[in-house]
Amino acid sequence: MAQKQEEVQIVPENRVYGRPALLTDRVMHYCPGCSHGTIHKLIAEVIDEMGMQDRTIGVSPVGCGVFAYNYIDIDWAEAAHGRACAVATAMKRLCPDKLIFTYQGDGDLSAIGTGETIHTCNRGESIAVIYVNNAIYGMTGGQMAPTTLVGMKTATSPNGRDVKLHGYPFKIAEMIACLEGVRYVTRQSVGTPAGVRRAKKALRKAFENSMEGKGLSFVEFVSTCNSGWKMTPVAANQWMEEHMFPFYPLGDIKNE
Amino acid sequence: MKEDVRLMKGNEAIAEAAIRSGCDGYFGYPITPQSEVLETLMEMRPWETTGMVVLQAESEIASINMVYGGAACGKRVMTSSSSPGISLMCEGISYIAGAELPCLIVNVQRGGPGLGTIQPSQSDYFQATKGGGHGDYRMIVLAPASVQEMYDFVFDGFDLAFRYRIPTMILSDGVIGQMMEKVVVTRNRGRMSDEEICRQSGDWALTGRKANRQRHVATSLALEPAEMEATNLRLQAKYNEIEQSEVRYDELMTDDADYLIVAFGSSARIASETVQMARKKGLKLGLLRPITLWPFPSERIADLAARMKGILCVELNAGQMIEDVRLAVAGQVAVEHYGRMGGQLFTPGDVYEAVQEKLLKKRRH
Ligand SMILES: Cc1ncc(C[n+]2csc(CCOP(=O)(O)OP(=O)(O)O)c2C)c(N)n1
Repeated sequence: MAQKQEEVQIVPENRVYGRPALLTDRVMHYCPGCSHGTIHKLIAEVIDEMGMQDRTIGVSPVGCGVFAYNYIDIDWAEAAHGRACAVATAMKRLCPDKLIFTYQGDGDLSAIGTGETIHTCNRGESIAVIYVNNAIYGMTGGQMAPTTLVGMKTATSPNGRDVKLHGYPFKIAEMIACLEGVRYVTRQSVGTPAGVRRAKKALRKAFENSMEGKGLSFVEFVSTCNSGWKMTPVAANQWMEEHMFPFYPLGDIKNE
Repeated sequence: MKEDVRLMKGNEAIAEAAIRSGCDGYFGYPITPQSEVLETLMEMRPWETTGMVVLQAESEIASINMVYGGAACGKRVMTSSSSPGISLMCEGISYIAGAELPCLIVNVQRGGPGLGTIQPSQSDYFQATKGGGHGDYRMIVLAPASVQEMYDFVFDGFDLAFRYRIPTMILSDGVIGQMMEKVVVTRNRGRMSDEEICRQSGDWALTGRKANRQRHVATSLALEPAEMEATNLRLQAKYNEIEQSEVRYDELMTDDADYLIVAFGSSARIASETVQMARKKGLKLGLLRPITLWPFPSERIADLAARMKGILCVELNAGQMIEDVRLAVAGQVAVEHYGRMGGQLFTPGDVYEAVQEKLLKKRRH
């Protein structure tokens, strides 16, 4: 005989978790299973917990994250494709008391914006760079990105990425870790609850570094793009673990 | 009080004026013939006095996007470059126009196309006045004809940029940038405090979302056609207002003139000598110098055209401003072009000959 369960009342005092105060009511345009939404939520939580909402400026990219400004209730600038780090550089130089971060996809940050990214890292600007690597161009309909894995099929590599034709997938995190101005480089993922918890700690550290003027912090999120990958959310998560993690291993790359 | 008069290069005047106009940040990349702007600023170290930020960027693309970031925060920011560098900035300028941000851009023109030459030219008139970047946008374009105007237009440029939340360009060239002249160093206004920024730009600048206001977003994106059209209509209304209120030009002996030269910047300087020369020889020649290339003094040119026997556009290019002059004149009188390209200059005598050849002789035929 089933034991009679004690009835739990649902009242605010009993809640162990709530919607982050800085997330707006706007329904996100992201596809189900996409990592962007979870990463947005973590950013909103960390800014809120740090009490920085009135001193933070975000820079959104051209890519699926372009509308980040509709979802996180802080001041934002929307940068031209790839130029977020240059935009953020001036903001931090002109407003050193502000928390400045960029939010960029892998096409934005490591294709068209490679120059701005590397030089901003090299100057050691005290900003946080949030890099969402889903190995594909999500917004424009699933074309190959610099980060697309070898053999991976995309709209512009329909037979799979061929290194003879397209070169090798680009690991920009390892590259910028070599630069003197860069303080903290970490690679995270939000595919599991444990991953989400670790990722949040990494974001907090990056934001704190920025406020302490410690140089540039770079947080990469190895992410899913189930629409671009043409997979269900569950299959995409599994594919990420099996194929993305071996090539883009999680963990700190530089932590000084 | 004694006037503070100094001997300066045009490019140095830009740097001096930047500091004295309360500029918050300059972002630039070296290119001849304007590198002295960045060099002078680095020499003067304004970050130790006014707190102005000066940064050598890795490219003109980075420079203009830094300007975008600073402008979005309500700061007085600027960049300078020469023709090839301005080409690289055009995407960024379009974004600044689209997001309705104020900034100052200085183009010390050199000859093109391509890498071209480091010698002076006025061949970026189309780029400055007709767009350069994509979309239906405008910049206010000021054309200095002296080192003093290089200095003064930095102040005016910032004022106009903020009054209309629009990118403003000083369209100079290698002649004005490199030559030395006396400059009356006039004003000295401080940088804006955070309170002043909030007062001036409190309804749009990114200053951190306070509890008492909605978040501010600097963006040029609107995926809904109706929203994007509304943005465009708002921009056009603003451009109309600027065309009504901000046209500037200068005139020399146009009152009784039979023939008119229209020229801007360094060409106008040379042509003003031609006017003196012609007057000595009994030819009633006048000069109209557009100071704002956009908005263009079309109405004034149309009025003058009604009583001229001929108009000559004198430009250091293949004939660019002449298109606007012809639109203004609307066929009332013949409009001819005289120019040189590739970094070559004309003398007042060359221009006088061109007036003879292109205006007087043609009429006799
Ligand atoms: C100058 C320019 N070139 C190309 C584009 C088209 N474009 C928009 S988003 C994008 C790629 C975005 O991919 P990524 O940065 O990986 O972000 P995701 O959408 O996958 O999150 C491209 C190429 C553009 N907007 N501007």
